[in-house]
Amino acid sequence: MDWGYLFEIALTGVAGGGLYALAALAFVLVYKGTRVVNIAIGEVLMIGAYLFFAFAATFSLPLWLAVPGAVLGCGLLGAIIERTMIRPLLGEPPISAFMVTVGLASILVGVVEIIWSADQRRLPEFLPNTPVVIGDAFLAPKVAYGSLVAVVFIAAVLLLFRFWRGGVALRATASDQGAAYMMGINVPRVFSLAWVASGMIAAVAGIVVGAIGGISSAMGVFGLSVLVVVIVGGLDSVLGALVGGVFIGLVEALAGAFLGAEYKLLATFIVLVVVLMIRPYGLFGTREIERL
Amino acid sequence: MRIGTLKESYVADAALFDSVTQKAWLGVGAALLLLFPFVANDYWLYLACLVAINVASATGLNILTGYTGLVSLGQAAFMGLGAYTVAILEIHTGSPFAVNLLAGGGVAMLGGLIVGIPSLRVKGLYLAIATIAASFIAHFLFANLSFTGGTGGLSMPPASLFGLPLDTSFRLYWLILPVTIAMLWGAANLFRTRVGRAFIAIRDRDISAEVLGIPLLRYKLLSFGLSSFYAGVAGGLWAYFFRVVTPESFPLLMSIFFLAAIIVGGMGTILGGILGAVFMTMVPEVLKLVFDLLPGGTAMTVFLSPVRTVIFGLLIVGFLVFEPHGLAEVWRRIRRYFHLWPFRH
Repeated sequence: MDWGYLFEIALTGVAGGGLYALAALAFVLVYKGTRVVNIAIGEVLMIGAYLFFAFAATFSLPLWLAVPGAVLGCGLLGAIIERTMIRPLLGEPPISAFMVTVGLASILVGVVEIIWSADQRRLPEFLPNTPVVIGDAFLAPKVAYGSLVAVVFIAAVLLLFRFWRGGVALRATASDQGAAYMMGINVPRVFSLAWVASGMIAAVAGIVVGAIGGISSAMGVFGLSVLVVVIVGGLDSVLGALVGGVFIGLVEALAGAFLGAEYKLLATFIVLVVVLMIRPYGLFGTREIERL
Repeated sequence: MRIGTLKESYVADAALFDSVTQKAWLGVGAALLLLFPFVANDYWLYLACLVAINVASATGLNILTGYTGLVSLGQAAFMGLGAYTVAILEIHTGSPFAVNLLAGGGVAMLGGLIVGIPSLRVKGLYLAIATIAASFIAHFLFANLSFTGGTGGLSMPPASLFGLPLDTSFRLYWLILPVTIAMLWGAANLFRTRVGRAFIAIRDRDISAEVLGIPLLRYKLLSFGLSSFYAGVAGGLWAYFFRVVTPESFPLLMSIFFLAAIIVGGMGTILGGILGAVFMTMVPEVLKLVFDLLPGGTAMTVFLSPVRTVIFGLLIVGFLVFEPHGLAEVWRRIRRYFHLWPFRH
């Protein structure tokens, strides 16, 4: 066993896991706020990456305009989704909203293929490309800086939701909708806020993921790994999203390095099944108590 | 105007088809189905076979998702299990197709029982995502086991009946249609039995069902098993129809397709499964016809596939938001209108 190599793989895994954690955060936000499982999270992320592509490459805007443009665009998308597809289903069984997001994923993939075609494209280079060396381990520069962006963003989002009024409203709504409503919190607006914020975070994740691996209409597959991350961590737990992200990132990197690339998804899904069997509500999820 | 239907016995009340009008229309429908292959061309026969296979599989998913309330995104994987079993049996043993189809259904059923095991501990969305995991693991096995032919898949000889190879859509029609009708018949009758009623009770509120003395694990597993049996047989028919089975034949998208079919058709009705599968199979074809009529011709055809994808998604979203009970409900309204005509109520 070559410990140096193992360390390098693990480092890459953890760094990649940072991106999973960021995307998982976007997912958990919506789930906490509105109790909707957004299976289209990977596709929203893809739209973010394509918007950035449009602003930065097609209209050749500078980076400091293109990034906020893509992020705001995705936030707007989140607002539209919430208004047109999620809110009409208030009070319906949660499965309905879940299936709506299945349809949404299909719509977003189709739209991307109509506008940009299904071909793989490269985002303009914006991450520094000097290699990062930690100890003896070499880390691909894009992955390293990408995960750095992810970590900074996660920290910012956590602080925002700890101290900002909107964040407090969101947490209040998540813990008890009825009570939050009675305390004067505008719950429908919180619902919108959750989707807008989730879209924005997903856009950031999408831009970074796209910068590392290029963008294509099949990018939504990333969302499958994110789903595994949130199920493993617990659907409604921010901490779970972070731990789960790093954990799944590690599993994928190890499986990819020692078994082969085609084992990556298999390994994550086997982890998923094992976790579901042992702790059905994820590692940090709230156990739902059912009464008649 | 028809004024109600008089029922004088419990048997009449519980009958599968309860009115003379209904029986008459069923007769007309059966006659049309029998006549169809003699008037239709190859393209329409091909579509009819495909529709029949999809109806069978969608009905299977409807048992699990529509009637028992367990959402599954693994239907395509179970179809794959059935298809591979049929292909392997046909290639290596050459046993009669009826045996192969049943074996395909049986293997898929076993797969379904295994996937169903978590269903007592997790439900709803967790279960849906567990079935995604199952379909990925199945895909991996298809691509990597030694006897499944790897990524190249398996090619198989056509089914044969009394030495007559069933190798054209016309001949396959007479294999696929009866099997599908038998399966529909079985499903319709299932919900007139104790087991079917238990499924419905579990869907409506599983804890109440348990309190009423329905063993949840047994019935949930049974539902998974039945649903995958349907998928397996449909997958077997699929294998006989296309005669090439590869790991890519049964993608996750196909599972989503069947889920979409029962949403659009109407969950928890037999008619819904039929209408949904017919509708969802035909929409892409109709779209192709529309695109052929569009000016611009070849330049527009690059947009065909993405436009299909968008419309597929819009149909799911649109039906969930505006018509959650699906086409079956639309049909019921139309029937009611004619039933009451010329009055409105």
